[in-house]
Amino acid sequence: MVSGPDGSNSDTHEPPGEMIAVSLWRGQGSSGGLVRYDVPVRDNQTILDIVTHIQRNIDSTLSYRFACRVGMCGSCAMTVNGVPRWTCRTHAGQFTKNGRLTVEPLRNMPIIKDLVADMAPFFDKWQKAEGRFQGKDSRTDDVEPVRPDSPERKTADAGIECINCAICYAACDVVAWNPDYLGPAALNRAWTLMNDIRDTAGGERLRAVSAGDGCHNCHSHQSCMTFCPNDLNPTAAIAGLKRMAVRAVLKGEL
Amino acid sequence: MIGGHRNHPLWLAFALHRVSGLLLSLFLPAHFLVLGLAIDGAEDLDGFLVLTENPVVKLAEFGLVFLLAVHMFGGLRLLALEFLAWSPRQKTYAAASLAGGFFIACGFLLSAGA
Repeated sequence: MVSGPDGSNSDTHEPPGEMIAVSLWRGQGSSGGLVRYDVPVRDNQTILDIVTHIQRNIDSTLSYRFACRVGMCGSCAMTVNGVPRWTCRTHAGQFTKNGRLTVEPLRNMPIIKDLVADMAPFFDKWQKAEGRFQGKDSRTDDVEPVRPDSPERKTADAGIECINCAICYAACDVVAWNPDYLGPAALNRAWTLMNDIRDTAGGERLRAVSAGDGCHNCHSHQSCMTFCPNDLNPTAAIAGLKRMAVRAVLKGEL
Repeated sequence: MIGGHRNHPLWLAFALHRVSGLLLSLFLPAHFLVLGLAIDGAEDLDGFLVLTENPVVKLAEFGLVFLLAVHMFGGLRLLALEFLAWSPRQKTYAAASLAGGFFIACGFLLSAGA
């Protein structure tokens, strides 16, 4: 028996076994709804395997996004049973309840089609939070040494493994309440740069992240920290930005 | 409303802090109204405070003290989160806030009943 790339078996004579009733969000823009598909249960099946099975074997018009399949790229995040998850690393057995599963696009972003959310607002906020490194050296200068055991490097290290999956952004209720809020990922990125000793744009960045839609909006629900698939802690990063902003105000720098 | 991405202890701690704050803000006008009775003399106020001997009012006071204490401890938890170095024991602090609120409210009820 040969397994296909989605984990399905090419042996079409196999008798039907246990099935999962998958309710998948289908539609364009804001209009659409859940459509049920029956998918065979496989060993070690991920949510992404299930979505791929539906697209390849049941309805080829289904749109979804994925790339690496191993939890590196952050493309395949979706809402599984109401919870944002990276679907390539989420086993179906972990979420299937009474043989049922619901898969929807990520919250807090416009839907393009089916399971594909429009990530543009999410990445626009990285720009608004001044999430770009700005150094003072040119390529002809020597590389500036950064000690791995320095407090700044350790603090930045804690947040730099973000894969831009937008799971924290989808889990954040403050983003749902205030669509202009910069969100956990952009603020976490800003925090890592504020702790980069080579960066020269700290003042502008602190102004950007402490403005009206910035870090002070955070209600510390800590959903970003709870659901981050890479175990990062954007809540701690946002708290760090708040402390930094308060210190700057007390010193008259902000 | 509570489910899915909200189904974790720290979101529930937020909800408790928010709901206790809203309920206390509803109580405040009544609190000032009763205190205002003293302006016209102690008799009016004392006449009203007789109600506090009623067991149902005692129970309501237990709820009020719980709301005050849990909101205070929740506020201290948030101040610590935002102004002190990060601690990974956030769920413990949230549970301690709830326990502290309950402990103080029970202490009030026991002392009021004595």
